[in-house]
Amino acid sequence: MSVWVWIGVALLSGIGALARFLLVALVSARAAGTFPLGTFVVNITGALLLGLVTGLAVEGEALVLIGTATLGSYTTFSTWMLETERLTEDGELPVAAFNILLSLFVGVGAIALGRAIGMHI
Amino acid sequence: MPTRVVPDFHRHEVWAIFLGGAAGGLLRVWLSRSFASGATDWPWAIFVINVSGAFTLACIATWFRERPPESRFHHPLWTAGFCGTYTTFSTMQLEIFVLLQHDRYALAAGYALASILAGYLAIRLGTQLVRSERGDEQ
Repeated sequence: MSVWVWIGVALLSGIGALARFLLVALVSARAAGTFPLGTFVVNITGALLLGLVTGLAVEGEALVLIGTATLGSYTTFSTWMLETERLTEDGELPVAAFNILLSLFVGVGAIALGRAIGMHI
Repeated sequence: MPTRVVPDFHRHEVWAIFLGGAAGGLLRVWLSRSFASGATDWPWAIFVINVSGAFTLACIATWFRERPPESRFHHPLWTAGFCGTYTTFSTMQLEIFVLLQHDRYALAAGYALASILAGYLAIRLGTQLVRSERGDEQ
């Protein structure tokens, strides 16, 4: 990849991170209860968009920039795990298990749905 | 008074997230391209990235959270900025989906389960390590 693509990766990763930070703050400010809704919404919308991008047959450097850099940065694994572990520390075991299972199944479903939409556009 | 739609972020926080995100994203893209695996193989790159990023986040988040006052630059730079961006959920879900598409059901389930189990244990380990280092009550 050329140096311009790497610069693009850096810029788009920063923008993806900011979008996540903003959306998590927006959702968390409105969500009640212990379920980490902000990270869930970010991860599922990111999976849906990544499915859409692959359904549109985006490939090569464009896929690196939109998929791996932007959407890969927008979604997060580490925060999802940290929030889940903190829930188990607080004795919220059912919420922690729900957060894992729901994210996993809805996440794969979101990829499939996004891909199907992309292939039919 | 009108409801505030966009939360009021500190200028330092925005820069911290952007810079940490740029660095985390660069490192992930570089590692995942250097250690790319076939569509039907175990996705080692993202697995190692996610577990190592979870461990690092646990160490840093525990250190900052339990050591007030929080910095409005260094805390977001390393947590939501670097670690949040270095790790990824969407690429992992796409990899699981592709494995399922290729009828690699056991591999898909194994990858999902191992990522979650190792990620969870990495958080536990990082948290306990920092707490015991600081001599905190468990």
